[in-house]
Amino acid sequence: MLVNLELLFAALILLTAYMLLIQRRLGAMIYTFMWQSLLLAGTTLIEAIIKHEFALYFSVFLVVVFKVIFIPYFLLRLNEELGDGSKVQYPPAALVARPFLLSLIAVAVVLFSYHLLLPLHHLFLTMINGNVLAMALAVVLLGILLMITHRKAISHALGFMMIENGIFFAALIATSGMPMVVELGVAFDVLVAVILFGVSFFHISSNIDSLDVDCLNRLRE
Amino acid sequence: MTIHIIFWLLLFTPFVGCIALAVVEKPTFGTVLNLCFAGIGFILTIALIVKFWQQSLDPSVVPSVFSATYFFARQHFFIDGLNLLFLLLVTFISTTTAWFSRFFMLQNLRERRITLRRLKLYHLLYQAFLGAMMLALFANNLGVMWVAIEGATLTTVLLISLYRTPEAIEAAWKYFILCIVGIALALFGTVLVYFAAQMLLSSHEAILWSEMVRYAANFNPSITAIAFIFIFVGYGTKVGLVPLHNWLPDAYSESPGPVSALLAGLLLNVALYCLLRFKIIVDLVNGNVLNQNHLVQYLFFGFGLFSFVFASIAMHQQNNIKRLFSYSSIQHLGFITFALGLGTHEAAQAALLYLFVHALVKSAVFTNVGNIMHLTHTQNMSKTHGLMQRCPKLAWLLLLSTLSIAGLPLSGIFTAELLTLLITFQLYPWLVLVLGCGVVIGLAGLLRNVQPMIFGVATVSDAVAVTEGPVRFSMAPTVIHLVVALILGIYLPPFAAAWLAHAARIIVN
Repeated sequence: MLVNLELLFAALILLTAYMLLIQRRLGAMIYTFMWQSLLLAGTTLIEAIIKHEFALYFSVFLVVVFKVIFIPYFLLRLNEELGDGSKVQYPPAALVARPFLLSLIAVAVVLFSYHLLLPLHHLFLTMINGNVLAMALAVVLLGILLMITHRKAISHALGFMMIENGIFFAALIATSGMPMVVELGVAFDVLVAVILFGVSFFHISSNIDSLDVDCLNRLRE
Repeated sequence: MTIHIIFWLLLFTPFVGCIALAVVEKPTFGTVLNLCFAGIGFILTIALIVKFWQQSLDPSVVPSVFSATYFFARQHFFIDGLNLLFLLLVTFISTTTAWFSRFFMLQNLRERRITLRRLKLYHLLYQAFLGAMMLALFANNLGVMWVAIEGATLTTVLLISLYRTPEAIEAAWKYFILCIVGIALALFGTVLVYFAAQMLLSSHEAILWSEMVRYAANFNPSITAIAFIFIFVGYGTKVGLVPLHNWLPDAYSESPGPVSALLAGLLLNVALYCLLRFKIIVDLVNGNVLNQNHLVQYLFFGFGLFSFVFASIAMHQQNNIKRLFSYSSIQHLGFITFALGLGTHEAAQAALLYLFVHALVKSAVFTNVGNIMHLTHTQNMSKTHGLMQRCPKLAWLLLLSTLSIAGLPLSGIFTAELLTLLITFQLYPWLVLVLGCGVVIGLAGLLRNVQPMIFGVATVSDAVAVTEGPVRFSMAPTVIHLVVALILGIYLPPFAAAWLAHAARIIVN
């Protein structure tokens, strides 16, 4: 039963990744990211119960504190203070303005990640893990797609966090989490990265008065 | 002093320096303290090297290359011939750059380009960056190595945007986004390699490089191949290989002088070191999925060659002197990657020598360019002429360092390039034509832009000359680096040659 629940959570994580890609309002995106991290924490909890590993309970704690509570709160505050999403108008040809095309590309990305990783399913104890590792890679690749298509600076931060979620997910499924030293180091680094994102937003916004990264175009060849 | 004490002192020095420099208020004292901490690191490195070789050179004691290693902290850290080489480079360049930064930053403070608070931030981040580099070099635990490289990336973001001009902020943003996505992909690759290792080892040992190397022959080839591609893209972004190099020219041109020297001399090399560690593991894996035995070589080979050719041509289009030399960095790193991809022991030796000398000369170039910018206050090459009349010493140094980096004879880069070309001629004779053309095109690109700066006549549209010349000793780092590079080019001491051979054995065998 728990294994089925884990598979459900994994599918929902992929769904939230897709939703994060299609949405355009920053507030909604941050909440979706929070849901994704909550589902990730749920998956980690189930793994901890199944495999009886104490270290995974600590990972659940880390995920909840950083990715469910602190980082979405931090990004929401930044969005209130800086982000004026209404100032950024996407031209009709932009991918974000054509959600159908973007969905097709997302589907192609998921298919690609399955194509790459599913042949390796014999290495896992159950078929489910092979399936779920492909989903994790898909979340990573969708995070990169998010960073490419969106123009607002805060969505870049969200794309990076989604990539980190995908990597954490992959580490959880493939190897029952990285060693504790590495987990702590990665969590600390991600925290500092998000704080640096915040600092960079302040710099950009005080210089060009908007958070549209297409306005950063002075350095061209 | 045992080797353990020296190691722990060395590892803690930059972090202690970071805390100390956060507290110090007076700017002159802060710059001297920065230099002291960097210098202590250098002296401890020399001590470590002496101790290491005293205990390792006895051939009867050292049956194989991999046992000439010392472990610390329950095998999470180690030193061996390869990372000691990079460590020497890192501490030496950081010391001379700290010397240069003393004068450069005080001058910036006087000109009000930076505030006192930002100078403190600069010193703090300088030591933190150094600490992260050392952590990455010493790490046996591949996860800790990743954490250190990411830490180094995060410290340099604020260093690049130190001047807070719009261009600097844009350059820092670009650097941040590109490098962070790259490094995240490298983490994914590390997770996959850990997964492949965990099938054979216990979960506590599987993350250690030294253990992975012992069991690497039995890793699953498909997973390792996929993992290596992610790692190559990830760490390759930081090395500056061509489709992933876009952050490099911007970051180099907009950051302050000492930061450019640090980025050029340290960051690229340590990223290449990490790539080498993974290369050693993946080379040992037996299997033929994706023609996997040669996957690593083809990746290094192809991307290295492509970077080399692309950068040689791109150098002709530059107006900004720092961007010109940053493309020169990409060109040389491409050549080094190509040499590492050739796969023979001699090629690895040549590549290591090339890397060492290139870091020295490149830092010399950037410190000199920093000095020139004090005079002219512009990076635009078309607005600077006749340096030989205005300040002959700087002009001579610019000429010598440009000729050195372009690979003219008597420079260490010429020796290393010649060695690589000779080895390439034995394996792929037709490639020597491409490489030779690339070298000549690069030379042309450099000289065509630099020569009017040195020998032209000052025109009306030039930047206004500032009569204050460079402080006497701020040219010392450039001179020291160029002299060492010259010596290494003409006469490689037998000790150094043996060390290079030892390190190359680690890479290739």
